[in-house]
Amino acid sequence: METKDAIARRAALELANGEVVNLGFGMPTAVANHIPEGVNVILQSENGCLMFGPTPALGEQDGDVANAGGQPITLLPGASIFDLATSFGIIRGGHVDTTILGALEVDQEGCIANWAMPVAPGKYSPGMGGAMDLVGGARKVVAVLQHADKKGRSKVLKKCTLPITGKGVLKTIITDKAVFEVTPTGLVLKEIAPELTVDELKAITDADFAVSQDLCEYRLHS
Amino acid sequence: MDKVRQLDDIIAGIKDGATIMFGGFLGVGSPLKSIEKIVASGVKDLTVVSVVNSYPGGGFDLAPLFKNRQVRKFVTAHTGTCPEAVEAMKAGDLDVDFFPMGTWIEKVRAAGAGLGGVLTPIGLGTLVEDGKQRLEIDGKSYLVEMPLRADYGFIAGYRADTMGNVEYRGVSLNSNPVIATAADFTVAEVNEIVEVGGIDPSRVGTPCLFVDAVVQGHSFAEHQAVFERLWVSTGRLAAPATAA
Repeated sequence: METKDAIARRAALELANGEVVNLGFGMPTAVANHIPEGVNVILQSENGCLMFGPTPALGEQDGDVANAGGQPITLLPGASIFDLATSFGIIRGGHVDTTILGALEVDQEGCIANWAMPVAPGKYSPGMGGAMDLVGGARKVVAVLQHADKKGRSKVLKKCTLPITGKGVLKTIITDKAVFEVTPTGLVLKEIAPELTVDELKAITDADFAVSQDLCEYRLHS
Repeated sequence: MDKVRQLDDIIAGIKDGATIMFGGFLGVGSPLKSIEKIVASGVKDLTVVSVVNSYPGGGFDLAPLFKNRQVRKFVTAHTGTCPEAVEAMKAGDLDVDFFPMGTWIEKVRAAGAGLGGVLTPIGLGTLVEDGKQRLEIDGKSYLVEMPLRADYGFIAGYRADTMGNVEYRGVSLNSNPVIATAADFTVAEVNEIVEVGGIDPSRVGTPCLFVDAVVQGHSFAEHQAVFERLWVSTGRLAAPATAA
């Protein structure tokens, strides 16, 4: 299975019935395709709607109905629309149950870095968008990312090297190799890819982690 | 109380160095005609205030302003969708002030609502905190974020009456109702201008007192066609089947 697809499938298992959920861009968007049968969530789009559905067919679109990526969406029965102040009141005010966000780096203190790529000394692109609000306001923050970068270097770190999006905000880290819970005493390994032993995982992970007594194989189904 | 104006007359009054706030979110709910005319006017050294930048990939809505180097400073939550702006940043031609999106909108709201600033926990412990006052209240920490206003606010709506009451439509209201409150001169670009009484009061999203001028944007039919072309050309809607 393609690793990004596995991550999205695993991340979908974090969602519970009835939750208000905000999915970030990139890998998290794909999570919507894997939400388990019987789990109904209320998806929020930060540009100002609740209960959006799939991309419309050509001819069914509306130039005034788009998601936070500027792309056409449909609205489901029960949808609602609001301005940005309300949308971020929802986010910052603790009314979002779970957010799943892509990350450039995460660390063992529960920090996530996903907004700043240096383009010149002291200058960053692309910007944090709504990510800082989400990590600060959502009740449960899940980071999804590849375990290693293209050069094989761990992205699960002792300490983030890029400017962080939020300090100590993560509850769960999902990579293509493992699932970690972030606890006050550090990371706890909960699930591991079937091809790896714990020692092999340690060898490819910069962060320190403890191993859960309930350690199990990486889950793709509930 | 007829506030209907010619867009060209308003644009002609904008001076180099002005601060302009634009409603819209990646082109959706953006005052597209106003932006086009500001680009064509060549006005420069602008401070542009917009919650995000252009439709992803550039070339649409705000992107030409950055391509032409008409913007000196950009106050936003995100600029990565606009290659033209990223290029200007790299070249040192553009300063960008980043704020978390929820903070950005509250700063604008504060300016329009007569508040001296906003207290928010968002951004604590990050670069956003640099140079800002931190307050402890009831054992919790907050950053003090100052109001954000502009000389001009350009908003986009579905319809306006000639007094300036604006009706929004769909998920395109985004930053528009808040921006309307926070500029010295607010221009509402709409698809349709109707007589006073033509909008149900319960459908007014921005009351007329916030609006200084109403201008005709794309007709509703053209507005829909613009987005169909945009979304088809960027692969977001399936292209029409061509006859074999």
